[in-house]
Amino acid sequence: MRKKNKEVQKIWSSPDFHGPVLKVEDLRLSFRVPVGAICAVDGISFELASGRSLAVLGESGSGKTSLGRAILRLLPRNVLTYTGKVFLEGVDIMKLSDGRFRQQVRWVKISMVTQAAMNSLNPVLKVGQQVAEPLLIHEQMEKDEAYERAREVFRTVGVPLDFLNRYAFELSGGMRQRVIIAMALITKPALIILDEPTSALDVLTQANIMNALKRIKQELNANFMLITHDIATSSELADEVACMYAGQLVEHGSAARFYHEPLHPYSQKLMASVPALHTEKRPDFIPGQPPSLLNPPKGCRFADRCHKRFDRCHEEPPLFNCSGELVKCWLYENG
Amino acid sequence: MPGELLLSAKDLKTWFELKRWGFLSAGFVRAVDGISFDLKPSESITIVGESGSGKTSLLRTILGLAQITGGEITFDGKIFDAREVKDLAWMRAHVGFVQQDPYGALPPFMDIRKILSEPLLINKVPKEEHEKRIRDAMEEVRLIPVDDFLPKYPHMLSGGQQQRLVIARAIILRPKLIVADEPVSMLDASVRVEILELLSNIQKSHNMSIIYITHDLSSVRYFSERVFIMYAGKIVEKANTRELVQNPLHPYAQVLLNAIPDPDHENAKKFKEVPPGEPPSLVNPPSGCRFHPRCPHAIEGLCNTQEPPEFEPAPHHSVECWLYK
Repeated sequence: MRKKNKEVQKIWSSPDFHGPVLKVEDLRLSFRVPVGAICAVDGISFELASGRSLAVLGESGSGKTSLGRAILRLLPRNVLTYTGKVFLEGVDIMKLSDGRFRQQVRWVKISMVTQAAMNSLNPVLKVGQQVAEPLLIHEQMEKDEAYERAREVFRTVGVPLDFLNRYAFELSGGMRQRVIIAMALITKPALIILDEPTSALDVLTQANIMNALKRIKQELNANFMLITHDIATSSELADEVACMYAGQLVEHGSAARFYHEPLHPYSQKLMASVPALHTEKRPDFIPGQPPSLLNPPKGCRFADRCHKRFDRCHEEPPLFNCSGELVKCWLYENG
Repeated sequence: MPGELLLSAKDLKTWFELKRWGFLSAGFVRAVDGISFDLKPSESITIVGESGSGKTSLLRTILGLAQITGGEITFDGKIFDAREVKDLAWMRAHVGFVQQDPYGALPPFMDIRKILSEPLLINKVPKEEHEKRIRDAMEEVRLIPVDDFLPKYPHMLSGGQQQRLVIARAIILRPKLIVADEPVSMLDASVRVEILELLSNIQKSHNMSIIYITHDLSSVRYFSERVFIMYAGKIVEKANTRELVQNPLHPYAQVLLNAIPDPDHENAKKFKEVPPGEPPSLVNPPSGCRFHPRCPHAIEGLCNTQEPPEFEPAPHHSVECWLYK
């Protein structure tokens, strides 16, 4: 018999909450390394309304994965600072103790789909057992009930039901990724963080997974936070886009605006570097390299590579509100 | 006829034997199964396919890294036999290889000078030429200032710089052909275009040929003249790039092109049409056309029984599909 945990005090009491699902205020995360401190997430604030999906874009090393991990409090040992506020459905989850966070937030309220599904599944457990596990542990559900629910989510993500009794190595890459998505859905979380969910997959499999995610978004009204560097794919799911550069948020606005006319010079360059198949457009590239996060330059961090820099750029710009979009660039000082 | 074709493959097959209990044969993985194509000097072709379609095996066969099971490769007017050590050395002196993962392809214990002089030493290039060749190659891939980079080790370089170094190593012997196996898939989006342009410029300025392998169709159009689409060990369509993008003929090429998104928020509102299922096992490929179990236009009694030959419905545009007979 499974030992029942003693009844824990619930943090979220009322089932319906109106307001932003996720609100992040001045989140900072830095790591200690032998030569100093690396600030991977540098004062990030944003809000995500209920039923919306956010795509976090950026080059590798821009801190987008660290942002996802900081929200889920999945931290490595060499953390130096970890401060700020993260409100999930109105509750500041940064204040919770590690134990309560583990019991009531991680994989209950927020789940995560990681990049390489093949490395995240346990090779010696059947996938059905792994998918049902969060319910057995977090909600002390009976086994039959949990498996019934696992069958339900398998149907949602489009995995044949007899796969419940298979091992991870018996599944193809696309199926494994679906299993991980099923695992993330099973507790009906308020927020699902997708960290490069399709970057290791083939084009057709990728399109299949994106279709499944879109369906989930429509049917379950799920909130996704999609972390990716693949801009074209991100447009399949995003309602809002946040663009990161060198640990900072440089632009946050609606997807409709971002994919057509990005505002920040970095986002413009980034969008220009995307090769498009169906239109005649020559892709461009961004000269230079992103700055080291060990000693980030003072002022605007993109200034060295920027084609529109001017005198003001040696000071650090705040996030300006330009008709509803947030941009961290002096060009938009006057809206 | 030397000079007319640089590389030509005829009905090339590369099968890998599966072993049971170490000695019994359990069938073959037909990674490359009957591929023919020609490559002219200074022509660039792209081979597009999903993982497991045999594109890397094809490339490894061309380089002599995998044994040929059937068919033949002619390079520069001479039949290439990978079992002959002499042939291998000759082939590798004339073909540069750009690997997928630059960090894995560079020896971590050698500095750049050593890495770049290795091919020169092996191919007995006179010692006094080394310095100049190394500097030329580095300038060509824009690892400048050269003197700063020469004593560096691979781990001191960024991903893009490492890939430049791999390219420098591939071109330092001035090969006639460069084969690039997904050279940008490990790099960031903003660097990808830069590396592809670099490769394309080098190809044009030296009149080299390039075989570029990728699964990313959207980068193809800026890069090469001809595209081959591979599916389950076979080339199903050969066409000029522009022609293929505008008018794909094979049903597989059509769904592949359709599945690639352009960045546009309208994408979020509609579902993509994707064929059901997954690419077939290469141990027991389906009879007839290999795409027929997933094909929306499959003709019962034809597609599932007979393998389609190559049809040429338009000039320089050939397709292996019964729809075009």
